[in-house]
Amino acid sequence: MPSATLLGQALISGVLAGGLYGLLAMGLSLSWGLLRLVNLSHFALAFLAAYLVYELGTNYHVEPWWSAAMIVPAMFAIGTAQHWLFDKFQVNELASLLITFSFAVILEVAIQLYWTADFRRYETEYSTRSIKAGPFYIPVLELTLCLVAAVLAWGTWLWLRRTYVGKALRAAAEDPGIAAAYGVDHKKLAYLLSGIGAAYAGIAGTFIALIATLAPAQIWTYLGVVFAVVIIGRLGNPMGALLAGMLVGASESLAQAVLSPAWSPVVSFSILIVILLWDPEWL
Amino acid sequence: MTASRDLPKLAAVLAIGVFAFLPMARLPAFYDSFLYLIFFWISLSTSWALLSGFAGYFSLGHAAFFGAGMYTTAVLTTKFEVPFLLTLPVAAVLPALLAVGIGAVVFRLRRLRGELFALLTLAVTFVIATIILNTPIDGGGGVFMSAVPMPRILGSPSSTLYVLGFGMCLLTLAIAWKVAHSRLGMGLFAIHDDEDVAEAKGVPTFRYKLAAFALSAGIAGAVGGVHAMYVGFITVAGTFELTVPLYVVLMSVIGGSRSWFGPAIGAAFITTLLYAFISGGEAMVGRAIVGLILILSILWLPDGLVPAVKKWRARRGALMPRKPVADVAPIVPAAKPVGERALLQVRGASKRFGGLQALSDVDLDVREGEILGLVGPNGSGKTTLINVISGFYPLSGGTITVDGAEIGRVAAHDIARRGVARTYQIPRPFVNMTVLENVILAATFGGPTRRAAENRDEALHWIGFTGLAGKENVLPAGLNLHERKFLELARALAAKPKLLLLDEVLSGLNPAEVDNAIRLVRAIRAQGATIVFVEHLMRAVVELSDRIAVLNEGRLFALGLPREVMRDPRVVSIYLGKAYAA
Repeated sequence: MPSATLLGQALISGVLAGGLYGLLAMGLSLSWGLLRLVNLSHFALAFLAAYLVYELGTNYHVEPWWSAAMIVPAMFAIGTAQHWLFDKFQVNELASLLITFSFAVILEVAIQLYWTADFRRYETEYSTRSIKAGPFYIPVLELTLCLVAAVLAWGTWLWLRRTYVGKALRAAAEDPGIAAAYGVDHKKLAYLLSGIGAAYAGIAGTFIALIATLAPAQIWTYLGVVFAVVIIGRLGNPMGALLAGMLVGASESLAQAVLSPAWSPVVSFSILIVILLWDPEWL
Repeated sequence: MTASRDLPKLAAVLAIGVFAFLPMARLPAFYDSFLYLIFFWISLSTSWALLSGFAGYFSLGHAAFFGAGMYTTAVLTTKFEVPFLLTLPVAAVLPALLAVGIGAVVFRLRRLRGELFALLTLAVTFVIATIILNTPIDGGGGVFMSAVPMPRILGSPSSTLYVLGFGMCLLTLAIAWKVAHSRLGMGLFAIHDDEDVAEAKGVPTFRYKLAAFALSAGIAGAVGGVHAMYVGFITVAGTFELTVPLYVVLMSVIGGSRSWFGPAIGAAFITTLLYAFISGGEAMVGRAIVGLILILSILWLPDGLVPAVKKWRARRGALMPRKPVADVAPIVPAAKPVGERALLQVRGASKRFGGLQALSDVDLDVREGEILGLVGPNGSGKTTLINVISGFYPLSGGTITVDGAEIGRVAAHDIARRGVARTYQIPRPFVNMTVLENVILAATFGGPTRRAAENRDEALHWIGFTGLAGKENVLPAGLNLHERKFLELARALAAKPKLLLLDEVLSGLNPAEVDNAIRLVRAIRAQGATIVFVEHLMRAVVELSDRIAVLNEGRLFALGLPREVMRDPRVVSIYLGKAYAA
């Protein structure tokens, strides 16, 4: 059994790493829960953003924050363009899953053709910085990520709860026909939401570039765990997605510390199975 | 006519003959290998379609079962020196068991939606890959098969693999054909269209989904076992690749995953395409193009090639005048007197939805041969009562017995087999089945066990009875509301129910159609069925019912002869308010 300090450190790293899961899950959760569209290309978009941040940073020495400021609006545009396709062809959930799966494969091929299959690492001054709190180290980048994710999740949650737009979207998700009869312009809102979801992929991608090593095949590594997070956190709920992300991150990290690193992928799935078996009302 | 019908059979026999004797022609090994790949993908995509195409549960986890089979053969041959051919049954059984395990968990969830199943199976793939990678099964180094002796079926190893792949392909197609033309297949197609209705018509949905999943995974495992020998060096990354589910889905969707033959067409097409790219040295571009084709085909050809061709031919055929198959006029025997024995006994029945008490403490007896009208204001629990009797919802409290057997917590398909049939207020036909197929399904799963031809005759009888003769081969989308309501009735009747539950069959019909429907309900009773019917149309209720039960706020409010109950001031007051009651 590892020491208490090690476990504590594992817990902190896990929660912080889970912030990325949460951030990736938020966009997916919104489009799945509120638009009934499952967007597998979310991960590919995040990696496209990550590669762009890497490219701009290493070759043109653009600060990652400035890159993000350019990339995130572009991602918003891609998100709305995707939604145009879904809207035009009246795509259902399963078809959206297959289409975005194919779209992700195409993006993966494009990334591999341009950046090759080699591993890429974006070295920045931020990557090694950390705060020391008692016996524990808290990496600055991951902490920033979690704060950004928390602000976004909370903001989106408030937006959905409190404003007309949010209420209209939730009504349209329940029953588009009735909502439309009450004058909800579902289509316009759906474009907005798709754009926002993709923009979140851009933000997540920026952090992936700063934190992780990039390779085209890595697009698929987050898939299983993030979908588990989306489901655990309840579809359409950004706060739930973030909290579930941190829960899964912490569990994975503890499993790594107690068992062995190679076993961590099993953790998120086990949590998912437990939740599915438990079958709570909110699922 | 017979010539055109025998043509596909002739072509199939010819193709089997040619492919079986092809290795004798001593073609270069390249052809063996290319054709093996086509057989391989046909088997894999057809096996995928058994569950995902037929029943509509899209799995993205086919690589998990394929990979489990591959590693089973790899481990048994290399570590335990089991002869290669003997490992194949094991390679089929283990993945099938795995599928049963997964299915037993996920198919229990009533609210499991299709895309959730797709992602769950994908997640399973990752977990299995992780387990294999981290245990001595693989250990990260991969497994070499080069030392495993190849059985000498034919001269060269490549032609032996060819024959194995061909055999596997034939077997898979035979299984798919058999399933598509069996009870199981009929049930799976119904599950695809509307699982709740399928269950209510007597399809054991849970067992059928498990069976299809196990069959699908078992074939994938056996195919994986053969493929282990073909690739020779097995790695986790290569086996559990996402391309397997991607291609399998793509091939089935392009060819038509609801047809037993569709995936084979798609597989042959895509494999040839990919092979052209790989031999041209553009494997990556090939992947992207396959992705693009998938997008385009889902958008423009959502049903796939084979169904599209079938539909086109059906449309050409529909232009020709067709004689109705079913007899038109129903002959109505004289009504039998109402019996003394209670067929349906409801005792203290309660149903809660969270905080909402939809039914509380309802006691009700319905006698054999009786027509009981069930009325009450909106939200009084009429449809809920129908739903608990037919087993759509389990009871929260109390008991319900039909013919002496307790059914309050029995699965809906069991209740259907005990002779309870129902209709839906808003008709819910199986949209991809013709009128005839819809009714045959109900006769097959709801009625007594009979031969297929008898079920067909039974179905035709009721189609004629309900006045749908001539519409046998029409899809439900081609019926108007009136006809859809009568299709609901025909489906319920084909099950030969002892107890028939009718949920607002008259709503939305015009006066002439209502008269017609009333005659029908009388005729149904004359055939010996006991009927409980929910209705708002008071004229019909008074005309038809032997007794009337009034529900209000989930309680039995009044029960008695029609004239008496309808004059009861308390009953009038819940309908029209107190002012009218006096």
